Amino acid sequence: MQFEFTEEQRLIQNMASEFFRDRGSSEALRAALESERGYDADIWRQMAQELGFAGLTVSDAYGGQGLGLVEAAIVYEQMGRTLLPSPMLGTGVLAATAIEHAGSETQKREWLPQLAGGNRCAALAVCGRGGAHGSARVDAVLEDGRVHGTYRFVLDAQAADLIIAAARRQDEVMLVALPRDGVEVERHVSLDLTRPHHTVRVRGVEPRWELPGSGAAALDVAIQRACILLAAEQTGAAAEALDRTVAYARERVQFGRAIGSFQAVKHRLADMMIQVEAAISAVYFAACSADEAPATLPQMASLAKVQATETLTFCAANMVQLHGGIGFTWEHDAHYFFKRARASATLFGSVAEHQERLAVHMGLEGEAVS
Amino acid sequence: MKLGFTPEQEAFRGEVAAWLEEQLSGPFAHIRGITSQTAMAEERHAWERALGAAGWSAIGWPARYGGRDADLAQQVIFAEEYARARAPGRLGHMGVELAGPTILHFGDDAQRQRFLPKISAGEEMWCQGYSEPGAGSDLANVRTKARLESGPDGRRWVIEGQKIWTSLAQFAQWCFVICRTEEGSRGREGLSYLLVPMDQPGIDVRPIRQMTGEADFNETFFDGAVTAEENVVGAPGDGWRVAMGTLAFERGVSTLAQQMQFRNELAQIVDAAKANGAAQDPLIRQRLAKAWRGLQIMRASALRMLSGADSGALSGPAFTYKIYWATWHRELGDLAMDVLGQSGEIAEGDDYAFDDLQRMYLFSRADTIYAGTNQIQRNLIAERALGLPKEPRGTGQQ
Ligand SMILES: Cc1cc2nc3c(=O)[nH]c(=O)nc-3n(C[C@H](O)[C@H](O)[C@H](O)COP(=O)(O)OP(=O)(O)OC[C@H]3O[C@@H](n4cnc5c(N)ncnc54)[C@H](O)[C@@H]3O)c2cc1C
Repeated sequence: MQFEFTEEQRLIQNMASEFFRDRGSSEALRAALESERGYDADIWRQMAQELGFAGLTVSDAYGGQGLGLVEAAIVYEQMGRTLLPSPMLGTGVLAATAIEHAGSETQKREWLPQLAGGNRCAALAVCGRGGAHGSARVDAVLEDGRVHGTYRFVLDAQAADLIIAAARRQDEVMLVALPRDGVEVERHVSLDLTRPHHTVRVRGVEPRWELPGSGAAALDVAIQRACILLAAEQTGAAAEALDRTVAYARERVQFGRAIGSFQAVKHRLADMMIQVEAAISAVYFAACSADEAPATLPQMASLAKVQATETLTFCAANMVQLHGGIGFTWEHDAHYFFKRARASATLFGSVAEHQERLAVHMGLEGEAVS
Repeated sequence: MKLGFTPEQEAFRGEVAAWLEEQLSGPFAHIRGITSQTAMAEERHAWERALGAAGWSAIGWPARYGGRDADLAQQVIFAEEYARARAPGRLGHMGVELAGPTILHFGDDAQRQRFLPKISAGEEMWCQGYSEPGAGSDLANVRTKARLESGPDGRRWVIEGQKIWTSLAQFAQWCFVICRTEEGSRGREGLSYLLVPMDQPGIDVRPIRQMTGEADFNETFFDGAVTAEENVVGAPGDGWRVAMGTLAFERGVSTLAQQMQFRNELAQIVDAAKANGAAQDPLIRQRLAKAWRGLQIMRASALRMLSGADSGALSGPAFTYKIYWATWHRELGDLAMDVLGQSGEIAEGDDYAFDDLQRMYLFSRADTIYAGTNQIQRNLIAERALGLPKEPRGTGQQ
């Protein structure tokens, strides 16, 4: 038991932090958002191919880095500081984990090295009703060998060469690979500009292949692992919101003193730090615990996700408030943090849903909402 | 980063658990599960001696002072097993967790040899003489004075003044006292850290009843109280630095034991909620889940803080830990009462004496006051960790 980063983990942290500081400036973020794809293809190529970020947790047998959630969380935390858009979560975590858990050996050999190397992208399409919360809500169907369904709130579908879609065949949740050109992908104008939602419409499309493993189990693992990494990203964003707001509070003068000398302001900043530290603890505890004891993944995912959501929601809101008028402008970055906070809060399930799952985990009888 | 334990560590766990079970189902069965600070103090002093005799009182200390040189993992395990066995609250905690580490770190060899074995043996209990009527959050405002005078056995400190809120002074043999030893000095200058025996005519301890109905803390009057010249920790006049060192030990491994007690409390609340149907209430379920989350976070934060303790620099959770647990615990008190409903408002017997959860509800109101109030914690975080401007000091007298 030693709850500190190892030497190797520190190296990963330094590398990620340097890279994102260098490439993830506010100007870079804005340029990426203006671009056709919504992300900077050159930065993504570097992340995926040079740094191996696309396949952090993909096993090395399939061309990934074979790292644990702790190491991946370190990278996501640093990335979260920049809000830099990329298909990393959709391809490298959601789709790759689903393939790794339910795919056949051939499917894994064909696709995982492509995804991990950033040469191809894939997206995971889960359900119609409320986004990717878990296997229980899948409502697309696989009938007579064809998939019918409308998948909403799909991440990174625009960039995807392959769509891994969940569909029910009788009572069973199946995962199938759909060709990108057989489906209709609509990119929405989304509140969070840095992570647009997509709707994927599938009208009787024949899958390229079926994944033979349990679709429900693979979906749940993929989403739960994504929860922990999203939480790491939220934590990084919250820490950045705190740092930038502290810097502003030290330099902005009103009534003849720095606003950071007013207790109403400094105590709020202290509360932000308390929240950030709680999120760091939750995320690394969850990641480490899920790495060491995979059976704990479901509750650890909810723990990390709920805390990071509370933390980022609080920090981003206070970033706007403590900057005053400038914090309300399009020109200032605060709104990107605020909107990322909102969108991350609902992605993969709300606070109330995850807390209800925790309640069930604690032994309070009842039904988990999923 | 690693959370799991090795087989050797698990074997150590077995050893701890076996000893506790034997004692607490045998000679100490009558004090099992006592969480009150004052109840059955005499029996709990005997328990301190039993822990000491078996070498379980201060396991993190060096063996030559009665410890076991236990590493962090072993201390975590001990805290877990102590709580799992529902062993009683530690009457000796201020000696083991505050006075002892301070003497170990800032004291001289003679002091270490004189005091540490008696603390780890559970012989001598301690109390903390910091706060005064005019010096609470503003601790540097202490007025209690001490001066060196010749006595029959050589030079000694003679102390005049008053301390207040002195927890467990009625059971203590010794007190660590911050007082002014330089005439005319102000603020942090001219303070000294004295070790003072409690059993003497110059000291008068008067219990103060608190909102729980019990009297854990006291007013402590010093009227010509004495202690030997050598009983000053650090140099005379350097007491502020030592006093702050003691406060840092409050963030030590004792936090682990406290967390485990919190875990027991949450389990009790969950049981109560299941028994009376509150567990069906969706809002209560959310709050119970939130409490569980806080518990995991405290554990992780404590482990981060303690794992990194050797690096010298204070890590984030070292700043945020106190306000986090205190606020969490106070909310747990509210939650306990919401779960219990009106039956939580009735005492079992004829005295104003309540069960564990009800007492916890009341006592947790103090958690955000002692050891630095929540407001003071926020000042510390803002100024020390975030580098924001310092509070301006007023010139008003009080
Ligand atoms: C149960 C219990 C046990 C205790 N045990 C001990 C003990 O064993 N030994 C000991 O020495 N002391 C002990 N104390 C005392 C404790 O340390 C003090 O109560 C505490 O430091 C606060 O001081 P005060 O009570 O004088 O309140 P004050 O300092 O007068 O504070 C009153 C209010 O003003 C706020 N305030 C004060 N200064 C500021 C500021 N700069 N900015 C914003 N707000 C401010 C405080 O947060 C608080 O809300 C104990 C207290 C309790 C409740």
